[in-house]
Amino acid sequence: MKLTSAALTGSDGFRTNREAHLALLAVAREAAEAAAAGGGAKALERHVGRGKMPPRERVANLLDPGSPFLEIGATAAHGMYDGAAPAAGVIAGIGRVHGQDVMVVANDATVKGGTYYPMTVKKHLRAQEIAEECQLPCVYLVDSGGANLPNQDEVFPDRDHFGRIFFNQARMSALGIPQIAVVMGSCTAGGAYVPAMSDVTIIVRDQGTIFLAGPPLVRAATGEVVSAEDLGGGDVHTRLSGVADYLAEDDAHALAMARRALGNLNRRRPDTVQWQSPEPPAHDPDEILGVVPADLRTPYDIREVIARVVDGSRFDEFKARFGETLVTGFAHVEGCPVGIVANNGVLFSEAAQKGAHFIELCSQRGVPLVFLQNITGFMVGRKYENEGIARHGAKMVTAVATTSVPKITMLVGGSFGAGNYGMAGRAYSPRFLWTWPNSRISVMGGEQAAGVLATVRRDGIERQGGTWSAEDEAEFKRPTIEMFDRQSHPLYASARLWDDGIIDPRKTRDVLSLSLRASLNAPIAPTRFGIFRM
Amino acid sequence: MFSKILIANRGEIACRVIDSCRRLGVATVAVFSDADRGARHVAMADEAVHLGGPAPADSYLKGEAIIAAARATGAQAIHPGYGFLSENPDFVEAVEAAGLVFIGPSARAIRAMGLKDAAKALMEEAGVPVVPGYHGAGQDPGQLEAEAGRIGYPVLIKAVAGGGGKGMRRVDEPAQFADALASAQSEARNAFGNAAVLIEKYVLQPRHIEVQVFGDGHRAVHLFERDCSLQRRHQKVIEEAPAPGMSPEIRRIMGAAAVRAAEAIGYKGAGTIEFIVDGSDGLRPDGFWFMEMNTRLQVEHPVTEAITGIDLVEWQLRVASGEPLPARQEDLHITGHAFEARLYAEDVPAGFLPATGRLAHLHFPGGARIETGVRQGDAISPWYDPMIAKVVTHGPTRAVALRALEAALVDTEVAGSVTNLDFLIALTRHEGFRKGEVDTGLIGRDLDALIASAEPDPRSRALAVIGLAGLADPAARGGATLWQPLRRTIAWEGGEALLEVLGPGAARVTLDGTAHEVRWQGDRWWVDDALRRSRIVSHDAGVSVFGGRNVQLVPLDPLARRSAAGGDAALTLSPMPGLVKSVHVEAGQQVREGDRLAVLEAMKMEHSLTAARDGVVAEVLARPGDQVEAGAALIRLEAAEAAA
Repeated sequence: MKLTSAALTGSDGFRTNREAHLALLAVAREAAEAAAAGGGAKALERHVGRGKMPPRERVANLLDPGSPFLEIGATAAHGMYDGAAPAAGVIAGIGRVHGQDVMVVANDATVKGGTYYPMTVKKHLRAQEIAEECQLPCVYLVDSGGANLPNQDEVFPDRDHFGRIFFNQARMSALGIPQIAVVMGSCTAGGAYVPAMSDVTIIVRDQGTIFLAGPPLVRAATGEVVSAEDLGGGDVHTRLSGVADYLAEDDAHALAMARRALGNLNRRRPDTVQWQSPEPPAHDPDEILGVVPADLRTPYDIREVIARVVDGSRFDEFKARFGETLVTGFAHVEGCPVGIVANNGVLFSEAAQKGAHFIELCSQRGVPLVFLQNITGFMVGRKYENEGIARHGAKMVTAVATTSVPKITMLVGGSFGAGNYGMAGRAYSPRFLWTWPNSRISVMGGEQAAGVLATVRRDGIERQGGTWSAEDEAEFKRPTIEMFDRQSHPLYASARLWDDGIIDPRKTRDVLSLSLRASLNAPIAPTRFGIFRM
Repeated sequence: MFSKILIANRGEIACRVIDSCRRLGVATVAVFSDADRGARHVAMADEAVHLGGPAPADSYLKGEAIIAAARATGAQAIHPGYGFLSENPDFVEAVEAAGLVFIGPSARAIRAMGLKDAAKALMEEAGVPVVPGYHGAGQDPGQLEAEAGRIGYPVLIKAVAGGGGKGMRRVDEPAQFADALASAQSEARNAFGNAAVLIEKYVLQPRHIEVQVFGDGHRAVHLFERDCSLQRRHQKVIEEAPAPGMSPEIRRIMGAAAVRAAEAIGYKGAGTIEFIVDGSDGLRPDGFWFMEMNTRLQVEHPVTEAITGIDLVEWQLRVASGEPLPARQEDLHITGHAFEARLYAEDVPAGFLPATGRLAHLHFPGGARIETGVRQGDAISPWYDPMIAKVVTHGPTRAVALRALEAALVDTEVAGSVTNLDFLIALTRHEGFRKGEVDTGLIGRDLDALIASAEPDPRSRALAVIGLAGLADPAARGGATLWQPLRRTIAWEGGEALLEVLGPGAARVTLDGTAHEVRWQGDRWWVDDALRRSRIVSHDAGVSVFGGRNVQLVPLDPLARRSAAGGDAALTLSPMPGLVKSVHVEAGQQVREGDRLAVLEAMKMEHSLTAARDGVVAEVLARPGDQVEAGAALIRLEAAEAAA
């Protein structure tokens, strides 16, 4: 049935909301643009002066013209390392080559020579994780000096550190997920394994180098004096060593070769869902900014968002009269069937049971799930604990955790406490997790956290017969509130890759559609749920 | 009427003759060369006979073979079209000797008009005005000055042995004559070793006006005039009928003169009397002079057909089959105004060089008469005239007909070869031409401006980039990204641009540092907020943008890369398919930039191939007499370092 909207587009409230969202959006956009600028104008000039293509242009020239690019971690490492690593020094995202989705990971050599900071590693691994889950061919546009040495302790030794990149390459290759490397600059030391571990490797003449140790290290170790090109240049690797397979004249040529290699993969998309003809929403997605209150504490009907996301604004709402604080139902996004699970208030037992039921339905039918997350948590209090809200919540969490259908999570407001779990937070491995600029994420609200700490403190003071003034208490709470404020901000979250990126709410439909399409490159396995605590 | 005729021609004229034959129920026999095996005229005819190799001498000029073909197929007559054997009296005699009818004038009439001086004398006798002049042997300065006075100033002194403007002087008044004569004679002596000069009337603002005549061997009528003043180096570009500024009185006088000329030689069939007309002060009864007679159907005959409503080919067939003239002079009237533009495969900015190519895309609009011998997919070969089509429009007034011509040309789409289409469009927009102020010098005077205004503009190119990127379908991909659009390179042969897709049907194209916003809105492309009539068409040869200031971009295969070496202008390549006429250097020879290395003969023209830089000839790769393809390497210089 077609959703109707109560929004008054000319109203003051609409305008106020819109302006507030635009202000938040401007902050996110500024961060994204700073990240896209990489190492800055000077570094870029040096880079281009060497005959290299700017990193983002490399990505663009690899992809089909006009095809979408779903960037992952666009503002990764924002505000970290004193701002030394915009976008964590690597561009990652899903684009299309010859119409097929591919994961592109491109080092940005204008950022500290493309060396790997801890967040660089995390972003690279996240891209590989998506590629493996979605079975996307990987293209690595390599131009990196390897591990960032001052940060080696956070880059090299642990499980999810540098070595995991090659582990992933080998395992993906074993799963039949093509691995293609284009060496467009340095590939030194561990980095040498990116091309070496790839199925197909292309190298640019007089520009790409692959070696375990560079000329200075060789000289120090053995006294041998050798140029970088003679040690591990394109000519050497395509003619003598066999480390690379194709020799390209320059970046453009190399990217054309990569396109050709991707054209020869002989892959086909699995048969997954029953697609329909896409149809734009009946309500303009642009209005999202006006219908969603800027203040997270102001309740609103999540159907206003759904109406601006799904095909024809048509939504088959399931169990509309039961557990009303959770909205569930079937719809299509750009022709792809989806089951939507959306918060419309705090979660009660009924809502959690309904959520579990709906997820079971979608899992049975192989319908991908979309979570619109705006949750302060499960309801608290004696009545609710006594009726077993934890048990009902666990049902929903079990369903979310064990379903095999692709899950896409969109953080459209608050993400607090156990609500995050039930609504497919990061720990529940949704295929993608995107966030709006107005969102907040933390274990609980800053006020609540400070209140908990203050209560404990006051109890201690009063137990010892002391007194605590309201001023002292406020002073005590302030740093906690400030810390929560700072750490729950979407830029803080996105910088640490707690999500895959901040998006413009007006692009929600596009992003969901691209995420779904990417996810459906992998077949949907049958679901086997865990034990539901009845 | 004949039941079957053979058409001894090819291209648009053969097709045009077949059209009329079909309407009259006359069966047709086409002839063809190896190059024309799949040509349109062959496909249109009822029967077709192969003549020989692609060179005209091996095919369309082989009179005996053509006559044999006519006899073998039972054709009763031969239509010669224009060009080839159409004005060859020996062929006419051979046709008649074979018991066939030649659809055209007698051999005698052709011969009478074939020798220009004799023709002029003949016309003078018949009372047709000829350009006054003195061609005598006497070279006494006094006598020459007297002759100049008799002819009337201004006059032109020309070296008898002259050429290229040497020994030529324009004299506006008697006082200047002696000095001008002396300097012309001296220049002629130095240049040609012969000081002899002739004197001719100098026609100010000359116009080329010709009168269509039609005779049955005894009587003749005229079908009014055509103005063919829009010429470039004596090649007609746009013709029209009637002539701008023509009065009924002058028309009657010129027409009568033309009829006298035709009747004087017992002319049979369609012919044209060409006059040079002084256009400096309006058309005057004493301001036109006989130039020559074309004893055939002219290329530009459709404009006459358009204003008279008469099918001249039908008339040709009827008169040749023995009928009397189908109409009397008083039955003939002019209705409205007509234009014809000649669409050629030629490279206008390169100096109107004839071009070749396969027509990857060809589309003509409705609302105009199109005479063409090619279809989409056909080749414009180097063997014949590179005409693609004649675009003919008719309207109640000159202004309407000219607007119709402009619109038809704007809506014409040709890809696969460069064409003069934009040059023609520029001409239709020329202010002087619009006003009817035509003379044979118009194109030459405004050539640079015409060419410049016909050149593809960056906005057309920006649209072509959209086409090359595969985004011409406005509903196509919108390049969705989370934040800023991605910027990529789109390269083609000879250039590249940066492309940012901003949404479905919206993009930014940066060409030579200038960004152009391209938008699809309301069923039209907009570039930089200006509406374009442009159409983006993808075809085998690349992508074209039509609608005026057309552009064709040929995609570059990004994988086809030459190795790092080479590409320093060391190779001289053949610019087009042709015959190597001569080679002027040999290996080891030092050459300077601009030196002539070889001469290529193509499209009936000789092209000098010059050195792109100083250097030493390393290798000569072609010999005189070689037939070479476009792009063939002819001369290689030693590498730049070695030459330095």
